Amino acid sequence: MDAYELTAHRCRRLLASGQASSEELTTAFFERIEAVDGRVQAFLRVSRDEALAQARAVDAKPREERGPWEGVPIALKDILCTKGVETTAGSKILKGYIPPYDATVIAKMRAAGLVFLGKLNMDEFAMGSSTENSAFQITRNPWDLERVPGGSSGGSAASVAAAEAPWSLGSDTGGSIRQPASLCGVVGMKPTYGAVSRWGLIAFASSLDQIGPFARTVQDAAALLEIIAGKDPLDSTSLGLPEPIRVPTATELTGRRFGIIREYLGDACEPGVRQVFRQAVAAIEALGGVCEEVSLPSMESGIAAYYIIAPAEASSNLARFDGVRYGHRTAQAEDLLEMYTRTRSEGFGAEVKRRIMIGTYALSAGYYDAYYAQAQRTRTVIIRDFETAFARFDYVISPTSPTVAFRVGERTADPLAMYLSDLCTIPVNLAGLPGLSLPAGFSGGLPVGLQFVGPHFSEQGMLDAAYALEQKLQVNTVPPNLEVKP
Amino acid sequence: MISREEVVYVARLARLHFDEEELVQLQGELSTIIDYVNQLGELDLTGVPATAHAVAVKNVLRSDVPRPGLTQDEALANGPDIEREHFAVPRMS
Repeated sequence: MDAYELTAHRCRRLLASGQASSEELTTAFFERIEAVDGRVQAFLRVSRDEALAQARAVDAKPREERGPWEGVPIALKDILCTKGVETTAGSKILKGYIPPYDATVIAKMRAAGLVFLGKLNMDEFAMGSSTENSAFQITRNPWDLERVPGGSSGGSAASVAAAEAPWSLGSDTGGSIRQPASLCGVVGMKPTYGAVSRWGLIAFASSLDQIGPFARTVQDAAALLEIIAGKDPLDSTSLGLPEPIRVPTATELTGRRFGIIREYLGDACEPGVRQVFRQAVAAIEALGGVCEEVSLPSMESGIAAYYIIAPAEASSNLARFDGVRYGHRTAQAEDLLEMYTRTRSEGFGAEVKRRIMIGTYALSAGYYDAYYAQAQRTRTVIIRDFETAFARFDYVISPTSPTVAFRVGERTADPLAMYLSDLCTIPVNLAGLPGLSLPAGFSGGLPVGLQFVGPHFSEQGMLDAAYALEQKLQVNTVPPNLEVKP
Repeated sequence: MISREEVVYVARLARLHFDEEELVQLQGELSTIIDYVNQLGELDLTGVPATAHAVAVKNVLRSDVPRPGLTQDEALANGPDIEREHFAVPRMS
């Protein structure tokens, strides 16, 4: 079986018709992982025995008693607590941590009968835009193994781009689903804040974090969103979606209005990215959509507001890693304070420490109003800018990432340069809006994504629009470099 | 420019320790980042309310019904040092 043919929908059809068993599908993905993951390094752990047992249990059930997705494999960002399976969030401080419970999304996928292939690499605690901040390994971009897959959900994006899994889950705090999806040439969606429960998602910035799907097709992304969305009594900020997500099938955009965010049209994005974006805009117009420029001036303050709010929340969330109840504890400490300090200094990587320091500084006495409160007021202005745009447009669009995938090591020496990778995605999290990155074409052989942003809970219409554009563009999703030599 | 003393002070609040070389590097990096975020101070946001959650929900309550949680064994299973069914820690000084 050619792993690239195996989208989640195709797996479902093969299972339903009896042309393939779940064990055969699962084995096909493990063979693919074995063949290419030495180069891609998307997986931190593969769960071969558990997955094959899960698959055989599905195969033993009569077909008419199975759910629609039962037996389809999936891979998971290692930030989702999975009962009985080591979950590290890419950090040394959680090495060996075995969650005693399932995240709500994991429980939902278990109930749907999905087969878990393994856990995927990520920037430590989801802090980063290249997956180079993982404490364990550097994941490579399947389109060019010298380049990063983006981040923080780099393993989630790369595994789907390399057909090591038909689909995967990631999390997005400032672009961590959409930016790696863009850089790896796959579909990635951050749902509206509250659409998906955060219970069991290891917290980075709680007012921004959302879990969402990666897939090679819009239809697969839509189906996965439907599996994981829902209000959850265990997450009091969760709301679910107003209606179940239908798999999109519309192929035109007649009457739909798209605002092109003017602030991202100039030098903010590199020329090759702008060119692919312009071609995609022409394709939207050819489908009957109306595209006009719209100015959202506050977008330029997004990164500054984010790099106060997210570290502030992180400095508080990560205070729980103190060496008492789980995770790493230092081998030598005379007293409790020294134990805390040594444990955290040994366990956290450089970027996580930097963000804890920024957040602690911004929240410390005397600075709170100048930084944190001012950032929250900026957040209000960003929300109002989007609201003004949505009075005129159904969706606003832009490139997902200002650049194509950059080289491994290129931005590691300059934290601020790395932060600017999320220029176009960050304001969406600050406003709690849904965003989707769709493969739009290539610049210099590297994927370029187009980002759709819509009003709260506009996921269905956004998926419909993305599907129509996907059918029109017919962008290649098979990287040429990963052919397996016979 | 954030001072060395401030970096040391904030590190203590954050329960982090940095050696001399790390402190020098961090002082430079934090200064660059703080200079960048200082642009927010130039915005006139008088009268603009602060937003903590973009999709705010209020007074989310659940019925006060007991339900099973983790067992003691499950809760202790990841503890680095367990003594008599408790998490053990070094003495406080």
